[in-house]
Amino acid sequence: MTVEREKDHWLVRPRTIRRLWIVFSAVLALVVILQFVIKVKGYFGIDGWSGFAALFGFLCCVAMVLMAKGLGLLLKRKETFYDD
Amino acid sequence: MMTEALPPALILLTAAILIGLTRGHVRSAIVLLSPLVTLWATWQIPDGISMTVDFVGYQLEPIEGSALRRLFATIFSLMTFVGGLYAFRHASALELAASYAYAAGAIGVAFAGDLITLFVFWEAMAIFSTAVVWCGNTPMAGRAGKRYAVMHVIGGVILMAGITGVTVQTGSIEIQAMRAVDFPSWMVLIGLLINAAAPPVSAWLSDAYPEATSTGAVFLSAFTTKTAVLALILLFPGEPVLIGVGIYMIFYGIIYALLENDARRILAFSIVNQVGFMVCAIGIGTQLALNGAAAHAFAHIIYKGLLFMSAGVVLYRTGKRKCTDLGGLFRTMPLTCVCGIVGALSISSFPLTSGFTTKSLISEAALAEGLAVIYFLLAAASAGVFLHAGIKFPWFVFFQKDSGLRPKDAPWNMGAAMVLFALICIGLGVFPEPFYALLPYPVEYEAYSPGKVLFYLQLLLFSGLAFFLLLPAMKRTLTITLDTDWLWRICMKLLANTLLVTMIATNEAFSRSTWPRFDAMRTWTRRHWGDQGVFARSWPIGTTAIWISVLLSGYVLLYYI
Repeated sequence: MTVEREKDHWLVRPRTIRRLWIVFSAVLALVVILQFVIKVKGYFGIDGWSGFAALFGFLCCVAMVLMAKGLGLLLKRKETFYDD
Repeated sequence: MMTEALPPALILLTAAILIGLTRGHVRSAIVLLSPLVTLWATWQIPDGISMTVDFVGYQLEPIEGSALRRLFATIFSLMTFVGGLYAFRHASALELAASYAYAAGAIGVAFAGDLITLFVFWEAMAIFSTAVVWCGNTPMAGRAGKRYAVMHVIGGVILMAGITGVTVQTGSIEIQAMRAVDFPSWMVLIGLLINAAAPPVSAWLSDAYPEATSTGAVFLSAFTTKTAVLALILLFPGEPVLIGVGIYMIFYGIIYALLENDARRILAFSIVNQVGFMVCAIGIGTQLALNGAAAHAFAHIIYKGLLFMSAGVVLYRTGKRKCTDLGGLFRTMPLTCVCGIVGALSISSFPLTSGFTTKSLISEAALAEGLAVIYFLLAAASAGVFLHAGIKFPWFVFFQKDSGLRPKDAPWNMGAAMVLFALICIGLGVFPEPFYALLPYPVEYEAYSPGKVLFYLQLLLFSGLAFFLLLPAMKRTLTITLDTDWLWRICMKLLANTLLVTMIATNEAFSRSTWPRFDAMRTWTRRHWGDQGVFARSWPIGTTAIWISVLLSGYVLLYYI
């Protein structure tokens, strides 16, 4: 099992994926912390708050995925739906 | 007829005919060189009208130059060149010829100085793009092509009705900015919006484009919707309706792409999404916004072409296009994977890519007009684009799971085409200034301020986080999603069938109840007027002569009395 896993491409090994998550989390933290150094101009007030874009982006994506899920319940059909 | 310039559309049209007549290296040379000649001719067109033709009392202006028109003709020529490079070793002569004629139509629209010329090239595009869809050469492509053709014929009829009305009203066929205020102008607007894949008929795009060949879809992704964007900039700048239409298209594209399993249909939905940004910008209508729409159309053609190319290579090598069948291809297709990722980052307007330097013009325009809601919706949409196209497309095609597929990477010409477009994506992102100089209005805009870059990095990276956290919810299923085309693919079919059944039933009932009564009348009529009837049978000449003499004698007698 271990041998087989080692044969896998290095990019898909669990160890790499764990490291990628660590790096990704660090980058996420960094772009939020950087806002204390670099001022983001708030054109409408709220968009200048620290971490606003991060939270806004995240929540919008969650909302869109949930909405797609909901619509999917209603509108999804088998692939063969239109076949004659 | 008066002309001072070589019509660029004519060059490509000639090339299209020659592609059909030649073969081998000569054909390849025509495919690769004619778009470059067209590009050169595009830049020889001066501002203003440089060709006129008299036609049934109207003066047509087939070539009118301006910065905006040259910009669109430039990207159309460039797209044709790179698309030709991508396709020339694999596509059939018919498909190449149709694609080039289709591109010629787009360039014709770009330089059309009057509504009649615009309409002629508009319809040429509809015809040749249908041919490109049909080159997909499957029963599915055949049916999708028919639906596509019907939709564009309807769009053409509506546009023609509008053009006729506007011409009668104003007495001029000039292309000039208008508002949708009365019936003819609404008809023109609707005709243009149908080609832009606006609601409620957006479905034609995701229905037809994915059925084309791996090479055909690359051409299709570029021209129809973007000529519609150009026509909207020319005819309806600042039309408020377009803001709402654009916002709807943006979110329609995201939601449907999120639900989709077919990789190329994901890309098709994201065309609607991206054109939505442009349509919204045209609705805002300021110089900054129109610059944004034009710049975004330019950048979009490149990264969307790139994305379709990378999906096309996958289809060409594996014959598969569904996310559920794909995955793990990065192992053996590194070039296609990297180029796909560059396209995906560009469409998501990641800093240092062409999407960032062009889409931010549109957001900036919304800001300048104080349109807070639109601004935040655009920001939300940027996050959504990263979600549905920026990560979803490369993730499900190239990573995800190991599908066991080990296809070869792209053939050299497809690879070269992708690398070229990937470099332009990054070039426009890193050095936007020379490109800004080509835009229709002067640009005083700083693309990269640290605060803005940070804002978008936060927005996009946390969208990425959302994607990976929500991955279980996005598991692909073997499904399609119903769209408004359900109305004509199912409802209208049912309606037609019902109508047919009713007509047959009525006919039968009629024969049963009413025919017997008619039968009596028919028998009576036949007795008197039928071939042996007293009023219809032929009489011998002798009998006739006797009757005539009797009548004449009677007349003479009466005369004397």
